[in-house]
Amino acid sequence: MTDMAISVENVSFAYDGDDVLDGVNLRVEKGAFLALIGPNGGGKTTLVKLLLGLLRPRQGSIKVLGKDPVQDPPDVGYVPQHAAFAPSFPITVRDVVLLGLPGQKSFCFQPSTSAAASAGSVLSRVDMAGLAERRFDTLSGGQRQRVLVARALISSPSLLLFDEPTSNIDPQGKICLFDILSGLRRSITVVLVSHDVISAAAGITDVAVINKRLLQGREITPEMLELIYGVHEDSCPLDGYLKTLSAVLEKPEQNRA
Amino acid sequence: MLEALSMSFFQNALLAAALASVACGIIGSLVVVNRQVFLAGGVAHAAYGGVGLAFFLGLPVLPCAVAFTALAALITAHCTFDRPERTDSYVGVLWASGMAFGILLINLTPGYNVDLMSYLFGSILTVPRHDLWFMFGLDLLILGLLHFRYQEFLSLSFDMEFARAQGLPVKRLYSLLLLMVAVAVVMVIQVVGLILIIALLTIPPMLAETRSASLARMMLAATAYCFVFCLLGLALAYQFDLASGASIIAVAALTFFAVRLVHRWRAP
Repeated sequence: MTDMAISVENVSFAYDGDDVLDGVNLRVEKGAFLALIGPNGGGKTTLVKLLLGLLRPRQGSIKVLGKDPVQDPPDVGYVPQHAAFAPSFPITVRDVVLLGLPGQKSFCFQPSTSAAASAGSVLSRVDMAGLAERRFDTLSGGQRQRVLVARALISSPSLLLFDEPTSNIDPQGKICLFDILSGLRRSITVVLVSHDVISAAAGITDVAVINKRLLQGREITPEMLELIYGVHEDSCPLDGYLKTLSAVLEKPEQNRA
Repeated sequence: MLEALSMSFFQNALLAAALASVACGIIGSLVVVNRQVFLAGGVAHAAYGGVGLAFFLGLPVLPCAVAFTALAALITAHCTFDRPERTDSYVGVLWASGMAFGILLINLTPGYNVDLMSYLFGSILTVPRHDLWFMFGLDLLILGLLHFRYQEFLSLSFDMEFARAQGLPVKRLYSLLLLMVAVAVVMVIQVVGLILIIALLTIPPMLAETRSASLARMMLAATAYCFVFCLLGLALAYQFDLASGASIIAVAALTFFAVRLVHRWRAP
């Protein structure tokens, strides 16, 4: 159990009587890089909220880093989707990163020297140190996402949760982000939530697909694709797409090269 | 104009403008970055219920209005936090019912002789000295809360989902924010009146937002803008015998449109 970063046992959850998760099991080892894939409405965000302790399961148990996330919020770095931010919010890149260290920013005083140094260090890790004094709203989508990764990393968490990190960023931004995530492998457990199977294929060690139920494995299987997309006739265009997808996902390392 | 500075009512007006500017600059900035302008408008109009209650019960207007508006703000915070998609509907209810409650209570007040217009459009030239002390106390309260809770408010305003994931008490902070809006609103009623409050809560912060590198600097710049608008508006009102509240807002609005035009003209 101690080698498990996440342990979800038979968890169910419903919003207003509508089941969103039904008997979900998930085990993520420390140092793993898990892609959690599912369609919109499949329960991805609900599971993330359960892992963060923002929701309480109707049944079952959840342990994150050995703790019940509702009772004792674990040391988790969280990167939400960036699309929700006010477009012209007056804040610098450095101050966004410092939000990951509660109690370090006051109205009247500058952050402590150690906090400022930590912010500089994590910004270097995501290759954004040169833009520390820039306003966040002047950055591109990919740069913003790297800053949010730095904000999640500044508290040196043992687990990183990414919610749709590649939505709203260009292909170049995606490549940069996955480079950063690859650099984190083994030093930290990463859970990457995505509806995009192709994006999630880059650099992962474990896969879980979710659509009310959850299937987990080392790689994507036809059963997992069936859980996400359903079963289709040979003549259906989606069937052709799924076959191509299966071929692409068979050897992700080769495809990335 | 200079002779006016020697008159005690004008000195009080300047002090009231300075004190209200601090509240407007700070709270207005939070209202603008949290996109709660309509919500602040609802709280402002609910304050009229507090004014009516003060006259009906024969209590001092400012403390009674603060208490009533704070209660309305807390109820609104509770309703809109849990159901944010219905915020506009809740604000509509708050807006109209607060006004109606205030008007009815003033109607029911025996032998009342209240200048309603002074609460609707402000009467900065008649602010008494004891109200200045009350406004000073409210400013200290706002500054104290800001000093101890700045990063929490920054986190809440920038990314509520992340703040929640960090374990911050976001609902309590949201309620506290609306409580501060209520305090600011009641302070500014005396300066420009509840109909025009929304302009002082939005125009100075919007002007400050584009050039500020942080929320704190936005608050400071908005406070300065607000005070300058109040001074110029008061000067105009004194010189041409105009309504002070409307003059202040007219100066702010003209500056806002002029700055926007210059930005547009300079933009590539």
